[in-house]
Amino acid sequence: MSIDRDHIRNFCIIAHIDHGKSTLADRILEKTSAVAARDMSDQLLDNMELERERGITIKARAVRLSYTALNGETYDFNLIDTPGHVDFNYEVSRSLAACEGAVLVVDASQGIEAQTLANTYLAIDHDLEVVPVVNKIDLPAADPEKVCHEIEDVIGLPAMDAPRISAKAGINIEQVLERIVTDIPAPKGDDEAPLRALIFDSVYDAYKGVIVYVRVMEGVVRPGMTMRMMSTGAEFTVVEVGAMGATSLLPGDEIRSGEVGYITASIKNVKDTRVGDTITDAENPAAEPLPGYRKVNPMVFCGIYPADGAKYPDLRDALEKLQLNDAALSFEPETSVALGFGFRCGFLGLLHMEIIQERLEREYNLDLVTTAPSVIYLLHMTNGNDIYIDNPTNYPDPSLIASAEEPMVNAHIYTPSEYVGNIMDLCQERRGVFKDMKYLDTDRVDLHYALPLNEIVYDFFDALKSRSRGYASFDYELSGYEQSKLVKLDILLNGDVIDALSFIVHADKAYARARRMAEKLKDNIPRQMFEIPIQAAIGGKVIARETVKAMRKDVLAKCYGGDITRKKKLLEKQKEGKKRMRQFGTVEVPQEAFMSVLKLDE
Amino acid sequence: MTGEPFGLYIHIPFCSRKCAYCDFYSVTADDTLMDIYLSALSEQLEQWSQRLNGRKACSLYLGGGTPILFGAERLCKLLKVCAKHFGLEQAEITLEANPNHTDYDTLLTLRGAGYNRISFGVQSAADEELRQLTRAHTAAQARDAILSAQRAGFENISADLMLAIPGQTQQSMQHSVRFLSQLNVTHISAYLLKIEEGTPFYERRDALKLPDEDDTAALYLGAVQVLKQAGYRQYEISNFAKEGYTCRHNLLYWDCREYLGLGPAAHSFIGSERFAYPRDLQAFLAGSKPEPMGGGGEFEEYAMLRLRLNEGLAFEQAHKRYAFDEQMLLKRAQPLRQYGLCVCDENGIRLTPNGFLVSNYCIGKILA
Repeated sequence: MSIDRDHIRNFCIIAHIDHGKSTLADRILEKTSAVAARDMSDQLLDNMELERERGITIKARAVRLSYTALNGETYDFNLIDTPGHVDFNYEVSRSLAACEGAVLVVDASQGIEAQTLANTYLAIDHDLEVVPVVNKIDLPAADPEKVCHEIEDVIGLPAMDAPRISAKAGINIEQVLERIVTDIPAPKGDDEAPLRALIFDSVYDAYKGVIVYVRVMEGVVRPGMTMRMMSTGAEFTVVEVGAMGATSLLPGDEIRSGEVGYITASIKNVKDTRVGDTITDAENPAAEPLPGYRKVNPMVFCGIYPADGAKYPDLRDALEKLQLNDAALSFEPETSVALGFGFRCGFLGLLHMEIIQERLEREYNLDLVTTAPSVIYLLHMTNGNDIYIDNPTNYPDPSLIASAEEPMVNAHIYTPSEYVGNIMDLCQERRGVFKDMKYLDTDRVDLHYALPLNEIVYDFFDALKSRSRGYASFDYELSGYEQSKLVKLDILLNGDVIDALSFIVHADKAYARARRMAEKLKDNIPRQMFEIPIQAAIGGKVIARETVKAMRKDVLAKCYGGDITRKKKLLEKQKEGKKRMRQFGTVEVPQEAFMSVLKLDE
Repeated sequence: MTGEPFGLYIHIPFCSRKCAYCDFYSVTADDTLMDIYLSALSEQLEQWSQRLNGRKACSLYLGGGTPILFGAERLCKLLKVCAKHFGLEQAEITLEANPNHTDYDTLLTLRGAGYNRISFGVQSAADEELRQLTRAHTAAQARDAILSAQRAGFENISADLMLAIPGQTQQSMQHSVRFLSQLNVTHISAYLLKIEEGTPFYERRDALKLPDEDDTAALYLGAVQVLKQAGYRQYEISNFAKEGYTCRHNLLYWDCREYLGLGPAAHSFIGSERFAYPRDLQAFLAGSKPEPMGGGGEFEEYAMLRLRLNEGLAFEQAHKRYAFDEQMLLKRAQPLRQYGLCVCDENGIRLTPNGFLVSNYCIGKILA
């Protein structure tokens, strides 16, 4: 780590999803010989199976590379990969804060999308030098000229001489590397000042404990020092520092100001190393932490239950393990009459929720039942108290509620203009309030809406995609609470309220939702020996009703030449199905029924 | 195990044409192909007999397809080969036949050769329903065939009756039952029509005026009722017989006994293994081996099969073959009893006709 500060470049790559961020990162890794060809697997920085499959980066990663530029000098590149999704906006902002520059990747056929803009503005807010790059020039539909104009017109960045590359085909990657050297400034810093290191990521390692990824802004960090987390005051003795190699950690003597590296200090939980926090020297502490730290709070909640009640301890272990690496995930035990023992979990957003659910099922082999996602509602009670509710089960008696508020978001939807009508209808249905509409160019539009968060937590993204043939993109930020008419809708099976199916909904939408829920349940609850009434009710008032008729016929009458295999298969299926059944009094409900009501738009 | 009852099934996969609802394996064939098939069967019979150490069978069932299309001569030869290798002393020897392919002389020859039970695919006594089913015969032809068989000396005659045919009513169903009972058939198999994927019926299932679930249930329960009145005792979900005429071969299946099935698509159960020949005549002729279909004969399978019978799962009998927890079964059956789907006591568990109608559900509840 003896390279001088002038030869360091700290940068990240920002892009809309699928515009080729991870592929470009791979190419840069190859060109800087950081990775031997045999270690090269596609999208090296996306470690998780899920990340590779979905083509998204969930966690930030960082890597140090060595590049010898055309001027003959050798530079240390610190490439910090950023999550690409709005749910992880805060993590993105911390990653950006660790850099001096950002490579902006724009797809030559798609042009600017919602996250292109959101991320670029975020980068500009952090005073980053933005280096635009037009990717996928080898695609038949590529129009680099047009995209360069778009970058200039919409973002206001000079882009006519932007590198035109194909990360996939490895075309013009050197141009990008040269731009990083010439356009992105070297970091500044003062090794003599008290230590201030920004945490931009942390991962849990079974052997070393938490590995904290930092950008040292001022001062130097060395093993043996006592470091202090400025937000919590927690102190740890530094065990190891070093740089992140492409395939392994490279321990070193120190990390100096301007550099990016990692610290280990026998830390047991990532909760102690919150992203955005500042590490200082306990013996010579800095006066002020670095700006911008905030605790990230979950915005979306749902109940997660094991399909098989006996797996409750496994679910708890799995959540604890996931939380080691994901401080934004919260959970606490809850019980449901319908679903037994489970957890109320909090997430940054919908994608975060889906990812956690998928990881639980995939990596921990759990079969889950999840309840409808809820946001946090603010209720003003008649006795003057204010309460926050994230679980319909805790919804108080309506006569005690004076008024209610719900969280809103500022949403930007980028779409080809032909889908504007469809999308406006969708936003209308979701109680959106139109703010404005801007043409990005002759056929692309930025629609700006205020939308209630609870209208987008279910299936807004899917609906948006289906109504725009997959072309629209979407980005949002929380904009605070607004007065709202809320009611709690209960679902009754055979006369009994099924707590896990209750949800909070806007009064104007209650009837439609109730009808849809009842229909979905009817389709997903198998016929049983008796008729099962399904009712949706607000308070005591039933507003929708369906009936699952009694089963009349379920028989394999014929036996063909001694072939009983079908009957055996059926019995196996029934045994399998039984595991997925929940018993409510006399009524059996398969867990698919719970899942089906989460997808009302299908 | 050679003392245990053992049955022989032979699949004759030939039809002159395919009925629109049928998903059984069948092809059309000429004399040459049939001759080749007969020699292939004869060879297999000999090989299996050796493999099974000359084990004797108490029943032979020729199913199809349309076995009678095989022709009197080949059928007689086949029976001879079967008897040579598998004894068939005092055996029940059944042949399936369609009314339109059955003449008196053929029947007389077959009866003389030793066939002693014939099963006619009558399906309905209403010509309109037969047309719906694309059957190639009329009710009058069915009557003639049954009378000819009786004249030829067949005393034990079974008839298939289809329930839930498009357009079928309680009246037409009752008419069909009376038609058969007046002809003194001794056994009736009353099946619910099932629309199978891959059949022409499946393709136009929405255009067919199929009875709904409630009507289907009523037709089944109605049939159970009128069959009873006509003197046919129900002994299995779909099988009814005059006193003394239950089908022995069928009962092997439901009592979880062993049987050897030969021919494409024929299933076997021997020595706790189930296996089946592929649904492919050419493969069979080329000597392809049967494919394993998993183990068999465990208690769960036994109980599943027994519960299809009117006698049900009789504990005493079952305990002779298996160790099992009858209290657990009784506990699971209890809710079904409340809905009149089964009768259960210290002797065993038996499904009622209402229970038969939802037997998949009931069996699942009792065993899972």
